[in-house]
Amino acid sequence: MIKTTAQRIYVALIFIFLYAPIATLIVLSFNASKTRSKWGGFTFKWYASLFEDEKILQALGNTLLIAFLSASIATVIGTIACIAMQNMKRKSRTIIMGITNIPMLNAEIVTGISLMLLFIILGFKFGFMTILLAHITFNIPYVILSVMPRMKQLNPSTYEAALDLGASHTQAFFKVVFPDILPGIVSGFIMAFTMSLDDFVITHFTKGAGIDTLSTKIYTEVRKGIKPEMYALSTIIFVTVLILLLLVNYAPKKKQDTAAVK
Amino acid sequence: MNNKRKLLSIPYLLWAIVFIIIPLFMVVYYGITDKTGAFTFANIAAIATAEHGKALWLSVLLSFMSTVVCLLLAYPLAMILSKMNIASNSFLVLIFILPMWMNFLLRTLAWLSLLEKTGVINNILKFFGLPTMNIINTPGAIILGMVYNFLPFMIMPIYNALVKIDPNVINAARDLGAGPFKTFTKVIFPLSIPGVISGITMVFVPALTTFVISTILGGNKILLIGNVIELEFTTTGNWHLGSGLSMVLMVFIVISMILTAIFDKDGEGSML
Repeated sequence: MIKTTAQRIYVALIFIFLYAPIATLIVLSFNASKTRSKWGGFTFKWYASLFEDEKILQALGNTLLIAFLSASIATVIGTIACIAMQNMKRKSRTIIMGITNIPMLNAEIVTGISLMLLFIILGFKFGFMTILLAHITFNIPYVILSVMPRMKQLNPSTYEAALDLGASHTQAFFKVVFPDILPGIVSGFIMAFTMSLDDFVITHFTKGAGIDTLSTKIYTEVRKGIKPEMYALSTIIFVTVLILLLLVNYAPKKKQDTAAVK
Repeated sequence: MNNKRKLLSIPYLLWAIVFIIIPLFMVVYYGITDKTGAFTFANIAAIATAEHGKALWLSVLLSFMSTVVCLLLAYPLAMILSKMNIASNSFLVLIFILPMWMNFLLRTLAWLSLLEKTGVINNILKFFGLPTMNIINTPGAIILGMVYNFLPFMIMPIYNALVKIDPNVINAARDLGAGPFKTFTKVIFPLSIPGVISGITMVFVPALTTFVISTILGGNKILLIGNVIELEFTTTGNWHLGSGLSMVLMVFIVISMILTAIFDKDGEGSML
């Protein structure tokens, strides 16, 4: 009894450690005083002025568009790669997985500068495209790492059974294989989207002047002082995702039940 | 048919060659040449200068300390959580994904509000009549920032390794007369080593190479090797020197990749 209580306290302390800064930011978004260090009373005004700040909204637009596009493209390329790898010999598969691990294990700063040098040599104009290419690159491994385990769990006989029963290869794939690996694809996409959204370092080196994502905008504001609207925006994003998560967490159980009944 | 399927790997392989492999060779190329394009070791040797050497030493020291702290905090947590029978998916989300939706720079910056002289934590300490701490702009603040940002990278792989342990193995050890301590040192810990190694590399490498955490929490007074490289690329504009110094960092990265490969034989990356 005492042991489990101690354990619960320990878990709670770590969670407080991980979530204290987030709570702080949410509190700051309601702080009427412009400086971080003083509490000037409760206000909603930053939430109102947020929607008039075109630069922040522009950065938000860029961030979401890059996250969506890079996660989508990475999901397609990554999933196709997994299908291919499933049919490969162990050795070639190990090599590809080794390459896949490079962006995961490599330091972000090295990935960032290496892509920056590549874009310079290729003569690319730095901007939206270069950020997008960089984000697709570091997103593909997250897709592969979440689709591959699903792929391995597949029973190859079901695919062959579908073929025996007259399905074409494409039909057999979309009717038999795809539904089984779909959860892996979805979690890969969410993971990739989140990584792209939260990335600063690689964007920093591949963005060029004239375009900002939320991360790079915050970084330039660090020295001048963060605009309180930024706290308001982050709070909105965080709370939205939290609510979505709660909804999703309660929904799928019902879905699985009905699927089982069917 | 199988050969046709293999062709599906071409888009990814091309992508990986152009955007992963070639860029790394670019770094090497820049690192071993000077502005005229002539071969030189000077960019790499520059790590031995007092200024860069000090930055590298400080980076190694701080990242080593934060890796140790992460391991000490994460292992008990992973053990407790692995026994709690929670769905591993919701756990992943809570520890790892959800915090990321609050921007990483802002989260790090929030520690300023918490740690400042007149910050939240000092006010709480004062309230209880305890001595206040002055941690901001010190190496201690950077270690805290590293532990805060990278702790999930340590928790996840250890948790995944612990969950995979067959309970029958533990029961067998107990049946054969091992006490809880002996079961841990002889059975549980050895089986979790792949997760531990994976966690160590996932924490050590980003901590060693960060420039953001030191910029925000070190108040520009403390230069880590990541700061030096970042300055070479964005401010000073000496890409050759920046690349040479990055190659020194890549030595550490390659060592950790080899370690991961040895211990994580499936090549699955126990991260996810």
